[in-house]
Amino acid sequence: MAHDVQHYNLDQKFEFTAATKKAVFMVLGIGAALLILGIVMAVFGGGHHEAAEAEGHAFHWYERLYANLWINNVYFTGIAIIGVFFFAIQYAAQAGWSTAIIRVMLSLGNWLPIAGVLMIVTFFIANHDLFHWTHAYLFDKASPEYDKIIDGKGSFFYWPMAKGTFPVFYIFRMVLFFGFWVFFFKKFQSLTYNEDLIGGTSSWYKIRSWSAYFLIFFAVSSSIAAWDWVMSIDTHWFSTLFGWYVFSSWFVAGLSTITLITIFLKSQGLLEMVNENHVHDLGKFIFGFTIFWAYLWFSQFLLIYYANIPEETVYFIERLSSDIYGPYIFVNLAMNFALPFLLLMTRDSKRHGVFLKLVCALIIAGHWVDFFLMVQPGTLGHNGGVGFMEVGMFLVYGAAFTFVVLSGLAKGKLIPKNHPMLEESYHHHI
Amino acid sequence: MERDTHFVTGVYEDEDVLLDAITQVRSSGIKIHEVYSPYPVHGIDDYLGYKRSKLPIAAFLFGLLGTSLALTMQFYMMRFDWPMIIGGKDYAAFPDFIPVTFELTVLLAAFGMVGVFMVSTNLKPWAQPRIFDLRITDDKHVMAIDIANNSAVELAKIEEILKSSGASEVNKKSFE
Repeated sequence: MAHDVQHYNLDQKFEFTAATKKAVFMVLGIGAALLILGIVMAVFGGGHHEAAEAEGHAFHWYERLYANLWINNVYFTGIAIIGVFFFAIQYAAQAGWSTAIIRVMLSLGNWLPIAGVLMIVTFFIANHDLFHWTHAYLFDKASPEYDKIIDGKGSFFYWPMAKGTFPVFYIFRMVLFFGFWVFFFKKFQSLTYNEDLIGGTSSWYKIRSWSAYFLIFFAVSSSIAAWDWVMSIDTHWFSTLFGWYVFSSWFVAGLSTITLITIFLKSQGLLEMVNENHVHDLGKFIFGFTIFWAYLWFSQFLLIYYANIPEETVYFIERLSSDIYGPYIFVNLAMNFALPFLLLMTRDSKRHGVFLKLVCALIIAGHWVDFFLMVQPGTLGHNGGVGFMEVGMFLVYGAAFTFVVLSGLAKGKLIPKNHPMLEESYHHHI
Repeated sequence: MERDTHFVTGVYEDEDVLLDAITQVRSSGIKIHEVYSPYPVHGIDDYLGYKRSKLPIAAFLFGLLGTSLALTMQFYMMRFDWPMIIGGKDYAAFPDFIPVTFELTVLLAAFGMVGVFMVSTNLKPWAQPRIFDLRITDDKHVMAIDIANNSAVELAKIEEILKSSGASEVNKKSFE
């Protein structure tokens, strides 16, 4: 063959230029403006107050702010950990095609330490306003609000302390998950960048074994994280495939983010060796896991709908029969399944930028709607909805996430030049 | 001379030689009838200048047929032919139809695609395959050139080009 990978500049670095930074800050600014507008409207709007107070629970504008913080905390944490997860998958599967873009995947993990802090802080601030199970009276047998079902589940949050006091076990899991996720991320990062210096295959073997440990840990932790952070909002309700459902939502959004960053880097003249074949594979992943998400969403829905058990159907009744959330169920299915499915079906749409970019953006927004539908009905009820606050908060988080990830990416070299499978990635052809 | 009956065949030992030979032969203006290999050679379609298969379109259309067929069938059965209340749902409970719809879509897309593929490539069970050289089932690559299709080029010239492109043998093969 005429060319091989050594003809390319393998020491290339992504430069986070002032122009790019400006664009990111512009989005941040627009988001912040919308967010403030939303808050102002919520503070002075207050049309729902009397109705809410009649039910014995006054609604405060900041509850909506907390719910938005929580949606984006969970969503962007997921995208970040999926970057690390997909990186680990490449090593565990001994994949060669992806070698040129593995550092793009890993760079998403830069958000994890910040996400962890945000998550814990938001939990302590929002507490009762987000999680019904944090109320102590639910566990007090003498109280009229004593809840037998939540009492039965209480130990999962409060062990080893008394129920209704401090959720030690819950916080322990949150710290444990973020701690290990960040640990694995840092481990992968140091091993892959060290490979540039030492060469050989030892780094590859080391990352492969760490990947295996990470994948085992992630298999358990992602599922439990989904119960803790999302499913426990609707404390009475449960779904056995909820962990997978949240994971698939994260996965599609994470893949779309990886693809968008890859296309962006290519538009900057970097990653020349990544061609339409690699992009095609990313597109196929997105296409496939879009269907996977729809499969899980529908599996959860159909079983609940068909069996018609009140304690299960409550979840969908709360959403489908609500004027606020009902339409978004269909928006959710259209954005995350119907449109990507039809738009990405042909080979050309997966290989050439425009369509794929469009679908990636659609999916990233679409899975936000998915998390919006998981969090808001249980926390805000009829006081929720998509308004300025929601859009603003999403843009603020998105811009902050982009800034952190791109700064992280700019710190090291883009291509793992001593990776044993770099040549294979260069010749990837489908 | 009749088309599709008389061929010149070049026998190649190595896949890299073969791929270079295809480029050479095509650039000298000779139309290649087909190349036979004992195993799939990666990227050979691009060298031969083959267009992408239109099979996915057939798959999509058959899938669409499966979807509509399944929905019509279930809707007709459950609403008109033999209405039944199952699990307290409406007769035509749309979510219940999705699993069957999915299965029939996949089934018809797959069967339709296989059928179209077999028809379009003449792979019917009673088809008599034309073997240009028995060794293509073992360890040789064979490039077949239809003589009638290349009447602009002299036969001797074709043979010469095949030889110079790295063919270990150049033979003639005719079919009834």
